Amino acid sequence: MTNLLLAATIPDAITFVLAALICVVGALGVVLARNPVHSALMLVMTLFGVAVLFIEENAQFLAAVQVIVYAGAIVVLFLFVIMLLGVDRNEVIAKESLPGQRPVAICLGILALAEVLLLAHGKWSTGAHSVSGTIGSPASNVQQIGKSIFTTYLLAFEVTSALLVVAVVGAVVLARRPRGMPGPLEKAAGADLDPDDAVDAGPEPGKAELFDASLGDGEPDGDRLVVEPEGELAESEVPSP
Amino acid sequence: MSISASWYLTLAAVLFTIGAVGLLIRRNVLVMFMCVELMLNAANLTFVTFARKLNDIAGQTAVFFVLVVAAAEVVVGLGIIVSIYRRRLGATADDVHELKG
Repeated sequence: MTNLLLAATIPDAITFVLAALICVVGALGVVLARNPVHSALMLVMTLFGVAVLFIEENAQFLAAVQVIVYAGAIVVLFLFVIMLLGVDRNEVIAKESLPGQRPVAICLGILALAEVLLLAHGKWSTGAHSVSGTIGSPASNVQQIGKSIFTTYLLAFEVTSALLVVAVVGAVVLARRPRGMPGPLEKAAGADLDPDDAVDAGPEPGKAELFDASLGDGEPDGDRLVVEPEGELAESEVPSP
Repeated sequence: MSISASWYLTLAAVLFTIGAVGLLIRRNVLVMFMCVELMLNAANLTFVTFARKLNDIAGQTAVFFVLVVAAAEVVVGLGIIVSIYRRRLGATADDVHELKG
């Protein structure tokens, strides 16, 4: 075990071991943390570890994209939805909803690990090289990836743009409220605009005071009134990254 | 000389397994999503390792596409979670079991 590591230079070995430890600890944290917010933060840790490993493997562009897109956008989306839904309370992990599921899952995991390790250390068929370029050429990493994407993988790149459009449309459709089903804001506003309620709420049901009145009334769902509109806004903004 | 590819592949296998087991044992939909991201990252690490091993930039290009697909998947998945949550309270996978049939 050590001779494989010692074959590398000392800084390389130290970097790899540290990054691998960060990755594994973060991954275990994602699975074992009770609070979803902690899981998301542990996920950031793993993503940073993987970015370090990308740099170690001469994939500088991907390391930057990993930090910007994954740790910057995707995890923030996760945290946003966690906070929006208010599920950031601890989950009872000890309770098994499906009896016997956990041992079976762990057995399956060990089996999969053994299989993948066997494959990783065995011989793999290489075949002829692709035509998209070699890593060792003098051009920079970004230039190489760009050339490969816009020549060899141009069709896949175009399909990717279609995929992003589909994702945008899907997110908008999912976030849209069905016609005729009033949202929480309209419900609350309608209730306050109702003449009888308005008389109860205060002498002047003016437009400017409408929101204040609904909040000051001490209604039980006063918090939702504030939170939900932001949620709609966020969902329609979701596809933008 | 840098670390041999086997170590990277081993690490990727461990990450993938942790993600897969987490996907199976957790019931919170959001945490399950994060475990999927873990598995995607393990696959990315394998791609980059083979790109270096075989001296071929195509592996890194594949990681680029995986990133795009992961972003699209997260957007749609979180949209589904939010719209489920809007209809009923509960963000665990067991709460939507009546979708069957």
